[in-house]
Amino acid sequence: MSLATAPPGTGSGLRTRTPVAAARKRKDRLMTGLLLLAMTLALIPIILIVYQVVLRGFGAMTWNFLTSTQLFSQRTEGGGYLNGLFGTLYMLVIAIIVAVPLGIGTATFVVEYSDSKLSPVIRFFTDVMTGVPSIFIGLYIYALLVQGRVGISIGFSTLAGGLSLSLLMLPIVARASEEVLRLVPDDLRNAAYGLGARRWQVVTRTVLPAASSGLITGSMLAVGRAAGETAPLLLTALGAFAIVFDPVNAPQSALPLIIYNEARGPFDAAHTRAWAGALELMLLVLILTIIARTVNRNSELER
Amino acid sequence: MTTTTDTQSGAPQPPRVGEKRSVADKWFRRGLAIAGGSVLLILATMLIFTVIDAWPVFRHQGFSFITSSTWDPGVSRTEVTGQYGALAFIVGTLVTAGIALVIAVPLSIGTALYLTQVAHRRVRNPLTYAIELLAAVPSVVYGLWGLLFFVPTVLRPAMDFIAETLGGFIPFLAPPVITYNYFAAGVVLSIMILPIITAVTREVMSKTPASEVAAAYALGATRWEMMRSVVLPRARPGMIGATMLGLGRALGETIAVAMLIGGSKQIGDSIFKGGQSMAGIIAVTFQEAAPENVKALIGIGVVLFIITIVVNMLARAIVLLTGGHVTGDAAV
Repeated sequence: MSLATAPPGTGSGLRTRTPVAAARKRKDRLMTGLLLLAMTLALIPIILIVYQVVLRGFGAMTWNFLTSTQLFSQRTEGGGYLNGLFGTLYMLVIAIIVAVPLGIGTATFVVEYSDSKLSPVIRFFTDVMTGVPSIFIGLYIYALLVQGRVGISIGFSTLAGGLSLSLLMLPIVARASEEVLRLVPDDLRNAAYGLGARRWQVVTRTVLPAASSGLITGSMLAVGRAAGETAPLLLTALGAFAIVFDPVNAPQSALPLIIYNEARGPFDAAHTRAWAGALELMLLVLILTIIARTVNRNSELER
Repeated sequence: MTTTTDTQSGAPQPPRVGEKRSVADKWFRRGLAIAGGSVLLILATMLIFTVIDAWPVFRHQGFSFITSSTWDPGVSRTEVTGQYGALAFIVGTLVTAGIALVIAVPLSIGTALYLTQVAHRRVRNPLTYAIELLAAVPSVVYGLWGLLFFVPTVLRPAMDFIAETLGGFIPFLAPPVITYNYFAAGVVLSIMILPIITAVTREVMSKTPASEVAAAYALGATRWEMMRSVVLPRARPGMIGATMLGLGRALGETIAVAMLIGGSKQIGDSIFKGGQSMAGIIAVTFQEAAPENVKALIGIGVVLFIITIVVNMLARAIVLLTGGHVTGDAAV
């Protein structure tokens, strides 16, 4: 420990204020001021973002915008992102169906079967997977399923988009679930074993129910992350102008995709819609986050 | 916090006495192992299938895939006819990530110090929450905000000022300033990686032993001297890990960078010139790309994947080895 390097001037008397002590005091004030400055600078972006999105998005977010689908021309005013909202929700449902059971299963294996040699390996690679760039997940699904590398070809589609989102969510769900499962007290497990329960009974009837609200929270946070993701969808869902129900071989739209396309163009009408779309997307993420946190508040396991 | 680093302290095991595994037990375990194994399978097939797809371009281009900056895609469906040198995009990714780190790291460390050591208990939680909120903003919203508001309105005057005052002495700051450039993308990227670096740094700093803090004060240290001699040295490995996690995030970020970096396929000689990043070129040109061009884009993806995975594994290893623990909503 570098405590041995006592600050200069500590030898001076307590009552008298030496020049050294005054200088140290000044330095302390200066540094505290700098830290406050860093804090303030870090707060400015979030204020600016929320302010701009609400200011510009709110006016454009009319009933018509919320209930109509996209127009073919970016130049014209009117139209809305209903097709994108539908596509986003559709793909999120697919992503949840795939990622949540797999993620919770992975976490359960890592925590409850920590005697297995595979367990730490899986844990490490779940961590690694959180770092995979989202665009690369898109490329993977494209190479594997859109092109049909392994004999199944689903084309640019809702399913391809949903699967790419599920791969994005999987490590997040697994990591969050793992933290929650570790919070379940061992007393509960021991009590269940004491009653003669088998291991699978202990896990399914005691551990998972005890952790359920935390597991939901973790999953919802992952859904919130996936809802705003654009990059993998460019390579898997591609985009569409109408509401698409067909899960395979039909390109699908998504809110972030439309925002991206309309923001890049030069047209004011498109930019106005893009702000409204951004507000819609942020509200969607916000709702998911609020649900996640409310469920957690009712949890018996406090962090 | 040792729960996640210490594999010994796992869940209690069933009693061994008179154990005869039931069939249900065996299958339950297998099912969970398959779920966990899917992670390994996905990661392995990720590398295999993308490398197979990109192989013709790697073979055609050789090492010049990462050392040449001539990117001239062909339009063939079956063979590789174009020139694929991705150096300009590798430079774009590294430069924007570098700018992002230079801005975000000091700011994050300052913010984390403020939150853990200075802020009053009552404001600490709201402030922490506000910073974590940055991680919940979708990257396309960062892109939109940067494209239509932040870069032209706020950043442009600042960039002009820097280029005029410092551009004369420092070559990579020289004018002329193009509105959307490496610097603009780097600044917005720094905002995006700020929450993860702050979250991990804060986590490590909050583990400073109270006895050492008290000891420093008892020796007469001012608050800043206490932070410098107790908090910062202890947190240093954690801060390095946090920085690398932020770097991993910055290297892989796609949409916001693609929207703000300017889209030039040349290497700019100043940070105020337009460029393109690895993830950006994939996102922007993929939809119009001919089959051979798609293979080259997948090749760029493979290089990006390898770089980010190495950075991330190093980061996690550093954080774990120093007893830290990557947690929080911002960290996943």
